[in-house]
Amino acid sequence: MSATRRWPRKRTLFLVCYLVFALLPIYWMVGMSFRTNQEILSNFTLFPHHFTLDSYRLILTDPSWYMGYVNSLIYVCINMVISIAVALPAAYAFSRYSFLGDRQVFFWLLTNRMTPPAVFLLPFFQFYTTLGLMDTHLAVALAHLLFNVPLAVWILEGFMSGIPREIDETAYIDGYSFPRFFLTIFLPLIKSGVGVAAFFCFMFSWVELLLARTLTSVNAKPIVAVMTRTVSASGMDWATLAAAGTLTIVPGAIVIWFVRHYIAKGFAMGRV
Amino acid sequence: MSVVVKPVNQKAWWLIVPVILCVAFSAIIPLMTVVNYSVQDIIGPGRAVFVGTEWFAEIMRNEDLLSALLRQLMFSMAVLLIEIPLGVLLALSMPERGWRASAVLVIVALSLLIPWNVVGTIWQIFGRTDIGLLGNLLVGLGLDYSYSGNPVQAWLTVLLMDVWHWTPLVALLAYAGLRAIPEAYYQAASIDGASKWAVFRYIQLPKMRGVLMIAVLLRFMDSFMIYTEPFVLTGGGPGSSTTFLSQFLTQMAVGQFDVGPAAAFSLIYFLIILLFCFLLYNWMMRVGTQDKGGER
Amino acid sequence: MARIELDLAHSYQRHPHSEADYALLPLQITFEDGGAYALLGPSGCGKTTMLNIISGLVTPSRGHVRFDGRDRTHDSPQARNIAQVFQFPVIYDTMTVGENLAFPLRNRRMPSDQIRQRVHHIAGLLELTGQLNQRAANLPADAKQKISLGRGLVRPDVSAVLFDEPLTVIDPQLKWELRRKLKQIHQELGLTLIYVTHDQIEAMTFADSVLVMARGRVVQQGSPAELFERPRHTFVGHFIGSPGMNLVPVHVHPDGTLQLQGQGHGQGHGQVQGPSLAHTDGRRLPEGPLTLGLRPEYLRFAAEPQPGSVAAEVTRVRHMGISQLLSAVAGGHEFKAYLPADAAAPAPGARVHLVLLDAHTCFYQNEELIS
Repeated sequence: MSATRRWPRKRTLFLVCYLVFALLPIYWMVGMSFRTNQEILSNFTLFPHHFTLDSYRLILTDPSWYMGYVNSLIYVCINMVISIAVALPAAYAFSRYSFLGDRQVFFWLLTNRMTPPAVFLLPFFQFYTTLGLMDTHLAVALAHLLFNVPLAVWILEGFMSGIPREIDETAYIDGYSFPRFFLTIFLPLIKSGVGVAAFFCFMFSWVELLLARTLTSVNAKPIVAVMTRTVSASGMDWATLAAAGTLTIVPGAIVIWFVRHYIAKGFAMGRV
Repeated sequence: MSVVVKPVNQKAWWLIVPVILCVAFSAIIPLMTVVNYSVQDIIGPGRAVFVGTEWFAEIMRNEDLLSALLRQLMFSMAVLLIEIPLGVLLALSMPERGWRASAVLVIVALSLLIPWNVVGTIWQIFGRTDIGLLGNLLVGLGLDYSYSGNPVQAWLTVLLMDVWHWTPLVALLAYAGLRAIPEAYYQAASIDGASKWAVFRYIQLPKMRGVLMIAVLLRFMDSFMIYTEPFVLTGGGPGSSTTFLSQFLTQMAVGQFDVGPAAAFSLIYFLIILLFCFLLYNWMMRVGTQDKGGER
Repeated sequence: MARIELDLAHSYQRHPHSEADYALLPLQITFEDGGAYALLGPSGCGKTTMLNIISGLVTPSRGHVRFDGRDRTHDSPQARNIAQVFQFPVIYDTMTVGENLAFPLRNRRMPSDQIRQRVHHIAGLLELTGQLNQRAANLPADAKQKISLGRGLVRPDVSAVLFDEPLTVIDPQLKWELRRKLKQIHQELGLTLIYVTHDQIEAMTFADSVLVMARGRVVQQGSPAELFERPRHTFVGHFIGSPGMNLVPVHVHPDGTLQLQGQGHGQGHGQVQGPSLAHTDGRRLPEGPLTLGLRPEYLRFAAEPQPGSVAAEVTRVRHMGISQLLSAVAGGHEFKAYLPADAAAPAPGARVHLVLLDAHTCFYQNEELIS
């Protein structure tokens, strides 16, 4: 913050109000996870009357539950890495060069997100069965590229276009090879874009249910699919669902913690 | 994409190839399948009759569909009108550095990480007047609140849930965009004697155009295709007040088992989204990039 | 236009312990009203810190900044009436060139016809008149830097214009064009200009007075000619000039003779005694180890031994267009000397005698100039 900008109090007030708003349902969910189903459905109290860890115990001891988290983490991370790796050069091309069909392809990328994934269910099912990749983490990771890669390309391109071309040119004049320039000069400048793109790839892949459920059965069953178990003929297992939901937040919070410096730092034009 | 003049370089295609490979195979095949289904009437296994645009015409005549479409449009407009400004305001209010920035980032991002069916489920309880915090709060304020009984309140509750769930997406994008603005711009503005509003209008907002466009398109698309959260919360009711377009499509495809009309509808659905996004994209690209004529 | 006095030290750390913790060691400098100054030095020497302290973007941890005698240490850049041009063009993308230039004046609520007058005047000075209605964002980098500069100049009472390596992102062909423009503006408007750069050519062509900085202190301040002829510190000798001064260690014997301290593989301890020089200079030099400095521009050589010369072997002759650069080794040290392009240069391997003692030769003890 520059020396002349004071912290306006109206904004802090607004921020606090929003944070409260954001946390209320989460607080409620966490509260539910520490209650029994009976208590959830009978009383309204701000704190659990009979504090219980039963739901957590169930999830953390039953392999079919906690493996769900592990499986999700595996394919989400694979997807995140591939998405960003593939999107970086493409975003650079869109940002810096003009070529035949560039605007059309750029827009076409986004159209992949314009249909409900349900449309892809059957073709994907057939495709991955043919490839023998059913019920593997790789299958889900690849399938999720459908919507994550366009998003990553769009976000990265936006940030790359914010960097003046002169920086590229100055680097070439100074004798940098392209890989060295890209890794040591360019990437640090678009840090916040990379951070936010990575987080969004993680997030959208993490919460996706339809494709993940269709392409897996036992070995790679993600947590989102496992959680649907809580709806059964005997009714809804609210407490377990709440506990599972609370635990779901943890990996994502860790990811954001790791990329926080990327997102929050941004563009710093070297000091001499 | 920016409007700066860029050098022509057809070899840049090589950089795009991996992306195309990842995405193309998944996009083209289903599209062809859907088009295939949309122009046929499948009477039985192996027996299909080409019916051309009959399904399309039938859909256009369907009144329920048109009202669902209208409902959906209103919803998406409301979503954009609330979430975009709110998200930007939030991004402007979030701390820029230090441990506070990290803590706020994590808290803001939490709602995005919850699986959508869980979101709907939690709000189900949350909104109940007997056992939920929100329900109790509203009743305590004297409101006769029931999201399962009152259509308007149901619609508003779905909207509130969406705002809670997705505003952080806009906020995170805007926040990252703000962080990408070099300090020198603020320094120059300070030297030029610019007011806080001028800084927002002439530096921050223009520099956020890229991320805001992504946010607008994403929120429009996702809200237009919204399914899980309202379905879990209200099931589409009361009546059809919260039956948005994709639920309508699912009912048609799954419930009535009519593949032909469903496929035709999918195409129309896709085309509507495509059209709006295309319009929004072009509008946002054009805003503030023309050479202004006139004297000064 | 203002006279700026600095009497300060600055550390970015809250509790600095040693000299290394200071970005700027205690200094006292005066920038006279209307002067053109350059702060020259390598990365990390503190020049940008000093510039930011002058402009008010950084407050010195100790000391004062005075503008025309008034203490402005805690005043904002706006209050000091400073203008600053940054490393990369900072313009308001959504505005036209004219609106960009008018912006600082509109914020001051100047009447619009006055604004228009002022904008046209400055635009004319910067040769931007034809582009006033174009969007600033679509112009090339050099035009954008001119706009940045213009926004600073447009205020009639601007106290000083500060430049932070403004030509960094400009095309090399256009750099000299902009430099010429800056000089012209200085002559016309008579403003105090302070220019930070690591490029000595920029500094030497732009400024009347150059401050060479290293590791947080001003090593020497003087006109470009002074810095070239009489560098007061080995750092200045080495930094200024391309290539810099030839610097070699010598030893002054009690009898007055100078001996080149060679380096190289010697048997036994101590340094290998290199060839010696008979001193003819008549200068009085203290006994002991010194550093001898002579610029390649003044280093002559001959085929036969001369008074004050030392034998050397030519290693390389390079054609540099308008001159030739000769490299020779004596006593393990490499010397460089300039020759005119058309002169006959000795071939590599030839023996020549480098005349080290010359009117331009400088002697340094502990890096400071003594003669």
